[in-house]
Amino acid sequence: MTDVAEVITRIHREEWARVVATLAGRFGDLDIAEEMAAEAFASAVRRWPVDGVPPSPGGWLTTTAHRKAVDRLRREVRRVEKHREALMLADVPEPLGVIDDDRLRLVFTCCHPALAMPARVALTLRMVGGLTVAEVARAFLTQEAAMGRRITRAKAKIKAAGIRYGVPLRADLPARVSGVLAVLYLIFNEGYLASDPAKEAVRGDLTAEAIRLTRLVHTLMPAHREVTGLLALMLLTEARRPARMSATGELVPLDQQDRGCWDRDLIAEGHDLVRACLTAGQAPGRYQILAAINAVHTDARDIRHTDWSQVVALYDQLTRVDPSPIVRLNRAIAVAELDGAQVALALVEGLPLQGYHLYHATRAELLRRLGYREQSRTAYDRAIELAGNSAETAYLVHRRDQWAGA
Amino acid sequence: MTQYLISVLDDTSNSASTDEMNAIDTFNDQLRADGHWVFAGGLAAPDTATVVDGRDGQAVFTDGPFLESKEYVAGFWIITAPHLDVALRLAAEGSKSCHRRVEVRPFLGA
Repeated sequence: MTDVAEVITRIHREEWARVVATLAGRFGDLDIAEEMAAEAFASAVRRWPVDGVPPSPGGWLTTTAHRKAVDRLRREVRRVEKHREALMLADVPEPLGVIDDDRLRLVFTCCHPALAMPARVALTLRMVGGLTVAEVARAFLTQEAAMGRRITRAKAKIKAAGIRYGVPLRADLPARVSGVLAVLYLIFNEGYLASDPAKEAVRGDLTAEAIRLTRLVHTLMPAHREVTGLLALMLLTEARRPARMSATGELVPLDQQDRGCWDRDLIAEGHDLVRACLTAGQAPGRYQILAAINAVHTDARDIRHTDWSQVVALYDQLTRVDPSPIVRLNRAIAVAELDGAQVALALVEGLPLQGYHLYHATRAELLRRLGYREQSRTAYDRAIELAGNSAETAYLVHRRDQWAGA
Repeated sequence: MTQYLISVLDDTSNSASTDEMNAIDTFNDQLRADGHWVFAGGLAAPDTATVVDGRDGQAVFTDGPFLESKEYVAGFWIITAPHLDVALRLAAEGSKSCHRRVEVRPFLGA
């Protein structure tokens, strides 16, 4: 029994998106696809422990879901004559077509820019990731009913507004891929550093889910280097997670992490992906550059061996792609290691980031290094006021008081 | 095929400039040539509106727009498109031609 339950859990992870995507492709309706996929998995939970796991679980699920969809449409047709064409639906599904394209269609549909960002995130986790509505709600600390409404509203808009179940027009493709990556990165970051003090500071389930989804998108679009870059960025960030939290729940910054705890396999995989991007020989995008920066960090035995000139050079490159104040702030942090705190402070002062806790935390750290005790403390206070993540707050308080007591 | 209403949002009652009118004409010609055209028109300023309530038999007329707002609909296109991505592309071109923001809204299923 337990074995079958485990198999079903695994098959659910592996096959959910494919079943939903195939059905959505056949019936052009996300609602039906989602509900019938869920019913097919419910059937599997009932039948497989008795009948055994079928030789092709994915095929069994798709066929079962397809039959259920046809049954349901037929029932509706009897009620509403208007849907007569559904009667023409074959009993036995067509041989599977280009399934991967169906999953890609699903991803692009869920991440459509006409949907609000929270709706895109929720839909992607539900439809592509296969999380239940309750799980999606928990991930974002929302009531299940509210999350259910959000997903329902999004699906209703897809239908009413005519959001096509398909890959984007060629001219829209770069922007649409960026849109997908933004959704995946947001899911990852929410897991990596929850923005809400009421949530656990670091949530491996969400980062794992983001990586799983990004791996899928990478499989579907292997030639798209920004996808490769984002996957590498996530792996290299995730690799450091075991060292990122102290026993007392404080965030441990990069320079104080026990690098022996880093996940060597993830680092090796991330480095391979970064190298694959580099050999493509084209100007890298934002995620590739961020991945490369993380590759430099994970390459160093300890903080003193970090190649800071390389890090600064990569930030220079990133500034050209994305000249936002946050990128300039991060560049300044690297400059501090290369050219000293005085130079870095000059770069930081005046950045329009008064509402961003890391702006104040960075200033505090630089002022501290330069010996400006009072100003540093004030900046720490401001950072603590603005920080949302509990572990980050704990670290900042510790850092501020450490010096004050010294 | 879905029909979409593309409303032009404006916060002044200045009509389109000559350049904008020319750009709008070019865009309209393209809509017709590509088979997207259904209808389009510009609207007079909101203070020319009259609200009519005929629900209780004897109609009641009220001067002025139904909604007092900073921004209002200054004109619109009705287009037909196979799906939202096409409608959004056309809306983007429309927005560029009249140099104003637009809102895209689908008609209820035909």
